[in-house]
Amino acid sequence: MNLVLITEQTLNGLQLGVMLFLMAAGLTLVFGIMNLVNLAHGALYMVGAYLTTYFFQATGSYVLAVVLGLAGTLAVGVVTELIALRTLYERDHLDQVLATFGLILIFNELIAILWGRAALYSSIPEYLSGHVQLTETLRYPLYRLTIIGIGLSVAVLLWYVVTRTRIGMLIRAGASNRTMVAALGVNIRLLYTIVFGFGAALAGLAGLLSGPIYAVQPGMGELILIQVFVVIVIGGIGSIRGAFAGALIVGMVDTLGRAFLKPMLATVISPTAADLAGPAIASMLIYLLMAGVLAFRPAGLFPAAR
Amino acid sequence: MTRRDWALVILLGLLAAVPPLAALLHEPFYLDLLRRVMIFAIAAVSLNLILGYGGLVSFGHAAYLGIGAYAVGILAHYGIHNGWLQWGLAIGVSALVALAIGAISVRTSGIYFIMITLAFTQMLYYLGISMAEYGGDDGMRVPVRSQFSGLIDLNDGTAFYYLVLAILAASIYLVHRVVHSRFGRVLQAARSNEARTRAIGFSPYPYRLTAFVISGAMCGIAGALLVNHTAYLTPEFMNWTRSGELMFMVILGGIATSSGPLLGAAALLLLEDVLQGWSLLPREAVRDHWQLYLGVILLLVVLFAKRGLAGLLPGKNE
Amino acid sequence: MNSLLETRNLRKSFGALVATDGVDFDVREGETHAVIGPNGAGKTTFIKQISGELQPDAGEVRFSGEDITALPAPRRSRKGLARSFQITSIYREFSALDNVALAVQAQEPHSFRFWRPAREDLALTGPANRILEEIGLDKRKDILAANLSHGEQRQLEIAMALATRPRLLLLDEPMAGMGTEESQRMIALLAALKGQKTIVLVEHDMDAVFSLADRISVLVYGRIIATGAPQEIRANPEVRAAYLGEDT
Repeated sequence: MNLVLITEQTLNGLQLGVMLFLMAAGLTLVFGIMNLVNLAHGALYMVGAYLTTYFFQATGSYVLAVVLGLAGTLAVGVVTELIALRTLYERDHLDQVLATFGLILIFNELIAILWGRAALYSSIPEYLSGHVQLTETLRYPLYRLTIIGIGLSVAVLLWYVVTRTRIGMLIRAGASNRTMVAALGVNIRLLYTIVFGFGAALAGLAGLLSGPIYAVQPGMGELILIQVFVVIVIGGIGSIRGAFAGALIVGMVDTLGRAFLKPMLATVISPTAADLAGPAIASMLIYLLMAGVLAFRPAGLFPAAR
Repeated sequence: MTRRDWALVILLGLLAAVPPLAALLHEPFYLDLLRRVMIFAIAAVSLNLILGYGGLVSFGHAAYLGIGAYAVGILAHYGIHNGWLQWGLAIGVSALVALAIGAISVRTSGIYFIMITLAFTQMLYYLGISMAEYGGDDGMRVPVRSQFSGLIDLNDGTAFYYLVLAILAASIYLVHRVVHSRFGRVLQAARSNEARTRAIGFSPYPYRLTAFVISGAMCGIAGALLVNHTAYLTPEFMNWTRSGELMFMVILGGIATSSGPLLGAAALLLLEDVLQGWSLLPREAVRDHWQLYLGVILLLVVLFAKRGLAGLLPGKNE
Repeated sequence: MNSLLETRNLRKSFGALVATDGVDFDVREGETHAVIGPNGAGKTTFIKQISGELQPDAGEVRFSGEDITALPAPRRSRKGLARSFQITSIYREFSALDNVALAVQAQEPHSFRFWRPAREDLALTGPANRILEEIGLDKRKDILAANLSHGEQRQLEIAMALATRPRLLLLDEPMAGMGTEESQRMIALLAALKGQKTIVLVEHDMDAVFSLADRISVLVYGRIIATGAPQEIRANPEVRAAYLGEDT
């Protein structure tokens, strides 16, 4: 275990963290403002990955692919919201869970019909591949650094929009008191669609960024979705600040845990025991963390003020 | 007994008639299929207690199917085939885990509760995958069934079938008594109007937690039955999509009804079976994507058919 | 000192909004004490801090000499503090009888009984039936609460509060949404309870307030500006300016 490895894993943790944040930001707003449990959020992540991969292969231009991929995901998101989700805002959580669960099945199978079940190869454009020499001893993939950069920029952008613009104010108000915002004469339906579309675009962004690193296959959304849930529970529903904090914490804990728990355990217990227990505990780490946070802060670390 | 109760008794009676009929028609497949339906029905009955009557949208119920199955499977792996020990462990561990998870989650509500129960189930799922000793993500075969020396031989398909039927009937009856008791009243009241329940002097937490534990333990039995039925187990038993299916059975059948879970389990499993084998669908490729049709049906059911199948039976809602 | 209920310097803010601004309040045993004030004065917030639904930022709530500030709502209810809600809060899917029976059941030390059907439990239905009779709802006892008229639902609220055998009744606008005839019936009901129970009555209906109250406290912008017998309050210039002047 050396400094280079630790730094590398920390950066990996940061990268996972910002990706979780991109997913969590949209979802936590949808939870907080529309009180909608949306399990199909992961499907939008998947759509973003698939569309961008496809367009990159078809057109050869990464920038074009990203634009088309984002636009496509946004479109899919908005259409889904208009057709299927609008009726769910007034229904109880159970109905929302089951309906969006049905949506997941539909999305996964549609993708499988279009592109098959095997994982798709998603390539990184020339100018983003390769490594960056961070220090004398540490080289880190340029692509991952780009992800971190984009993620942090989006975080800053979101912070700006939410705290400094009018629509951001409406979002914050909506997160604490839905009925008040409606009573103020704001077009609630439009606001909801905008918020949802926004979340969809962020999910699509996370998806297209993740493509080259993680597998692009049907069902990829659900794997990350549960981690996103953990992020939101830890951070607090409805709060972007909470999503950011939660995402970084979860990203770090998960990555560093998987990398270092086994060797760390091996210093205290026997290597064979560490071999067994290490991966098992590492995979459970973020859930144990969630349980821990909930024991002291049942509403998360930075819940949206009510 | 109400008309609803009679309908249920008739259903159970029909189920009892299946083994001789199946033997007569030389179609053992139906014995197998319906036994599977009944095992999931038991799981659905247990979920109905906390979800249908208690209003707790627990997305983690499949965990107990897995725990029950693994309890039996792990003991069998080490050569312990005594059914009493295996099933006792299945119930015990399920109850303990439900107590642990419930103690944390039941304090929360709404969206938090859903996500937390989901997260904990995933945690157990990943735990199952990481346990290479017991097959990891491939799972393991459990060729020897639970032994109840002298009492019953589970290798006898028909005897096993009737055992499952008996346990199903007992579970339905048990839940029925519980929800109509004083305890059940508090549970339902807390679901109906929590503020009012606290105002008259009840703290919902201990009641919900207790229901959660009972429900988990009951589902643990279903898990033990399931692994005996399939003769193998995998972490997929605990996959969150399995939890979703269980919830669907409950809502499809009609929440907070006695017959709902059974109807829902039958409907969903038979539907999946039909969709997978439907030769009316034009191309092989399309038939492979039966989940698409399932998803559409589920979506439509939720959006348009609120009262579920039990709502179609004559008689008023409970 | 026979104050059954007291609050001392109660404070509650929501962000920049000060809802309760250092309220000292006391209710003597056996009295009917009304709390009036313009909308937005913080009456419901005040009631919630007494019933335990809200925790104050500062100050104390004392019941029968005991400091109950830290106790959650269910515990306060078991000590004898019953509440009816401004917006009807009953069990809509249960019958009127079952509603009251639940309130009766809540007084038992615990409800961990899993086998006997509660419907056949005379220990619950007996008292519930009696209370429904006192309130005048006994003919409607098997009707689903959701199908009762608005006035009957408000009566059911009172019945449930009574079923918990309270020492103090917190009634939050029991007359809300009632027509004249229903209001008269409710006033008669409350008049019958006067003296038997200690009552804190939050109301807008001035007929009710002046005919029922032994004392009235006026809450304006989170502060009590006057407390006294009805005649004193009627004559108080500050009160007239702040509230009675705007009275409908």
